[in-house]
Amino acid sequence: MSARWDSRIAPVESGVHDRGGLPTNEPIDRSEHTLADWEVLTDALAGALARRGLVNVDELRRGIESMPPEEYERVSYYERWLFSVETILTEKGVLVPGELDRRAAG
Amino acid sequence: MMYRVGEPVTVAARAHDGHHRTPSYIKGKTGRIERVHATFRNPETRAYGEDGLPEMPLYLVGFARSELWADALAGGEYRVYVDVFEHWLEEAK
Repeated sequence: MSARWDSRIAPVESGVHDRGGLPTNEPIDRSEHTLADWEVLTDALAGALARRGLVNVDELRRGIESMPPEEYERVSYYERWLFSVETILTEKGVLVPGELDRRAAG
Repeated sequence: MMYRVGEPVTVAARAHDGHHRTPSYIKGKTGRIERVHATFRNPETRAYGEDGLPEMPLYLVGFARSELWADALAGGEYRVYVDVFEHWLEEAK
């Protein structure tokens, strides 16, 4: 089975995130996940930024979709959110490039 | 609102480089308007820091499983419902 079947559906290119309806032989994990503290904080951070008008949900999604495909596949759900928040805030000049890395290292 | 409940529509099979909310698996497929939701700010521009205006009509479109996945083996016949903005819809082919 091919990895992507877009060519059989419609002649359009799509991003790594656009995976609804793709075939898979892997079972779906329907169990509830326990969230780590940083994941809860990430959700709260995105919510707070939205309420302040700094990041909207469409920007958040677009930031996630801009991830390099290999990285998108490798990281977890809320790591994608963090990537996007950092991307959007850097675009808007709220963060300077590399600022979070420097602060995390310091 | 260009379409009414019950009308058949085909989803545009076009590529779109930027952010959009129309999944590939319905592009080029024909379904039926199930509900006219309302108008909403356009995520395709709002995703890039714009205000997303003018608001665009959003519909609930229902598709037969066999229209989306003709060769799917399991699950029998059922319908799949997707929210689609008006500018992604065309007269049914």
